[in-house]
Amino acid sequence: MSSSERLDIFPSRMNLTIMKTRLKGAHKGHSLLKKKADALKIRFHAVLKKIIEAKQQMGDIMKEAAFSLAETKFSGGDFSPVVLQNVSKAQLKVRSKQENVAGVKLPAFEYYEDGSDSYELTGLARGGEQISRLKKNYAKAVKLLVELASLQTSFVTLDEAIKITNRRVNAIEHVIIPKIERTISYIITELDEGEREEFFRLKKIQQKKEVKRTAQEAVRKEWEKRQEKQFGDERLNQVLSTHVPNLLDDKEDDDLLF
Amino acid sequence: MSARGKLLAIIGDEDTCTGFLLGGIGELNKKRQPNFMVVEKDTPSADIEEQLKSFLGRQDIAIILISQSIADVVRHIIDAHNDPIPTILEIPSKDAPYDPSKDSILRRAKGMFSAEDFR
Repeated sequence: MSSSERLDIFPSRMNLTIMKTRLKGAHKGHSLLKKKADALKIRFHAVLKKIIEAKQQMGDIMKEAAFSLAETKFSGGDFSPVVLQNVSKAQLKVRSKQENVAGVKLPAFEYYEDGSDSYELTGLARGGEQISRLKKNYAKAVKLLVELASLQTSFVTLDEAIKITNRRVNAIEHVIIPKIERTISYIITELDEGEREEFFRLKKIQQKKEVKRTAQEAVRKEWEKRQEKQFGDERLNQVLSTHVPNLLDDKEDDDLLF
Repeated sequence: MSARGKLLAIIGDEDTCTGFLLGGIGELNKKRQPNFMVVEKDTPSADIEEQLKSFLGRQDIAIILISQSIADVVRHIIDAHNDPIPTILEIPSKDAPYDPSKDSILRRAKGMFSAEDFR
């Protein structure tokens, strides 16, 4: 296992607990992000639907506006240069406000009228009625276009936000969670192995001690037999009672080394 | 800047510009730069590109309206423009009907809706 497949961490019980909490956190984050992505997607589809509707509407309104322009030209002559030259201050402006959808700030435009009409006197000589209708038509077009523009900004922002959220969801699902899971299983394996090693060592020590004890026992039996032959029962009892080994005196007990 | 109202800019043929200016969106800023551009038949595409870029760079413009026939000329800039503000909005031009399949935004939405929804 390389470090890219799991987190580089010492396999201890504490780290196991930490990893388990992190796994839990990752799962929680994953579900929350997924919910966010869903909320954004719902909004996204609503915006898309509205955009398509508005674009259709835009076609009609622009046609009407262009037609009224032609009408005005017919009755009022070519006034384009006058209009193009007399630009001073904008009457229609947009304000941007923000809307919050699942933590994503969507900019939205709001149009408002500001200042006076700088073309008040255009078409005074002739075609005045057509010009005022033309103005109204184009003001309507601008209103719709502002709406469409704010939908479009929402669309772009949402598109971006959804991409980012999906990237995060996928990263947690396919990278972070498997990584933490691998780390946890690694820690568990390491801990189990440590336990088995410990168990084996204890067994080994027991075995060694057993061997030594039987050897000692054999020597003692031998000695007892010899004593019995030599002195008889009374002496033996005496010797045995004095032969209790001192617990503190373990000079003969060698260190066990494997 | 953000507290003040923002402007709409327009790039289009003479009639489209005239119409929108009558609608009241035209403004000259302190440097006497207009927020509209009249594109004639013989306007070089480099000029349109330059003007669009300068509109994109201006802080006081929130929405850029551009005729679709002109948008086709500078399509690469529109496609490269990813920020939400300023928004580039393609409008049908007087001489050509609106073609949704060319719209940069609607092209992104492709695949989510079927072709009939665009009509």
